Amino acid sequence: MSKGILILAEHLKGELSDITFEMLGAGRTLADALGAPLHVALVGRGSAGLASRLGAADKVFVVDKPELELPPAATMAAVLGSLIEKQQESLVLVGWTNLAMGVGSVLSARSGLPLVNFARALRVEDGAVVVTSQLFGGKIFSDVRLADGRGIVSVSSGAFPADAGRSEKAPAVEAVDVAVEAPKITFKKYVEPAAGDVDITKQTTLVAVGRGIQTQDNISMAEELAEALGGAVCGSRPVIDQGWLPLTRQVGKSGMSVKPRLYLALGISGAPEHVEGMQGSQMIVAVNTDAKAPIFDVAQYGVCADALEILPVLTEKIKARHG
Amino acid sequence: MNLFVLLKTVPDTVEELTVAADNKSLDAEWLRFKLSDADEHAVEQALLLKERAGGKLTVVALDAPELDDSLFTVLAKGADRVVKLAGDLGNLQSFSAAALFAAFLKGEADPPPADTLILLRSQAMDDLEGEIGPVLADCLGLPYVGVVTGVQPDGGTVTVTKEFAGGLRGEFALPTPAVLGIQSAEKPPRYVPIAKVRAAMKSAALETVDVTPPEAGARFPIEKMYKPEAAGRAEMLEGSPEEVADRLVELLAQQSLI
Repeated sequence: MSKGILILAEHLKGELSDITFEMLGAGRTLADALGAPLHVALVGRGSAGLASRLGAADKVFVVDKPELELPPAATMAAVLGSLIEKQQESLVLVGWTNLAMGVGSVLSARSGLPLVNFARALRVEDGAVVVTSQLFGGKIFSDVRLADGRGIVSVSSGAFPADAGRSEKAPAVEAVDVAVEAPKITFKKYVEPAAGDVDITKQTTLVAVGRGIQTQDNISMAEELAEALGGAVCGSRPVIDQGWLPLTRQVGKSGMSVKPRLYLALGISGAPEHVEGMQGSQMIVAVNTDAKAPIFDVAQYGVCADALEILPVLTEKIKARHG
Repeated sequence: MNLFVLLKTVPDTVEELTVAADNKSLDAEWLRFKLSDADEHAVEQALLLKERAGGKLTVVALDAPELDDSLFTVLAKGADRVVKLAGDLGNLQSFSAAALFAAFLKGEADPPPADTLILLRSQAMDDLEGEIGPVLADCLGLPYVGVVTGVQPDGGTVTVTKEFAGGLRGEFALPTPAVLGIQSAEKPPRYVPIAKVRAAMKSAALETVDVTPPEAGARFPIEKMYKPEAAGRAEMLEGSPEEVADRLVELLAQQSLI
């Protein structure tokens, strides 16, 4: 029997994140194909109570210690390193998320296990695990072969269905006492998103703007269109970083995940960090000057053009229709 | 403060990326390199810290084609010293980059002075085998926080804001010296007029330090590199803006979206 597969469960404010179930689903498939046991590492202060929801795994190792409140990457890597050694795990899955960022890197540097980032697909071939990753803003894919299925894979959010990792079964749970140095980094407090602005997660129509909107002045054109459509304006990271739209309007990895009926992406290339937050939209229409932009892979309808040329014409036509 | 910013360029994805004949790497002939957005933000955050607390800002960059203009721009913006790590860097992976940066920083002062902050990109599109920051911090024995969007130094500690998801952020305190992975600076990266860049080219010099990258190289073989398949692509609407807008209105109406 192959050695085990270990998943780092991700949780925030007492809730398991979707990525945990996405990895569990993907891990279950791999474990069955390899004939390997599927384990979960549930690490963090007050995390023990979440173990019962991880029934897709064969066993959950719980490391629940008071000093592990949102532990830094190096501490998390030390905990995982100790578990790998004790339990003879050969493959480790962590989330390619802000929360787990760095854990895989440090673990790889210390253990010598290779790390593959940005994973979107996993398959077993002759006992090896082949990892497909999305690189360079989603424009290039790479396949990496982990011989004997040994390595660390950092899994992109939304790449696997979360439902496949949910189970009503009660998993075997084992509390593990791992000796770790108390982290030098201390968690102080959460900073909640500012209230009072439009809640973009509740809009049925979103007009999303990216780098292609070019200037802050052009945002008003998008607002006019959003108003005509009865929706709101949101944006990708570069627009928020420029201060052209508030943080509450950011869609993507660090921002909001939205699922409107219509997502109109204007001048957005479709980097994986953005797509992660909008791929669940019912209808996606994209306008971008680059015919090869990855946004056209998730959109149902595309227009290869300058968004600034389409915007005013479309707004006028929609207004005219409303009379 | 004793501030460092570490830079590594990425391929400019505005240009067409071509897979090389070996089907395992990008065709270098067609690549153009630029600083990543996160690199620009790391520079901006360091400039803001220097303005607030004073001190010296040293920028250390891994050499790459067409890098010098970016480095003179950094000088024009207010960096005190810019160092290029040059050598046969080729397709340098994250862990080797971390090792080169660590060796340079140890050569500067080991351990670094207590008021040292080392800033670099939190993540980048070429981090296939891991992020540089956490590994560098591990090499130096320093604490690290990534995905940082705010930095407040206070004596021997620094309080940082880290992004989680859904707009939620967290505040962490860590002792200095420390390594911070910057996602976004507190303000958008400043613009510097080309005349100031030209002046920097005349008045300042870039230092070059020759380095030999560690043997390790990539830690796994890339079996295949390829472009996403065209399957599942959007139905493209063509014509003048008028025609396209008409068609869009029609589609939205069909879906009862207008």
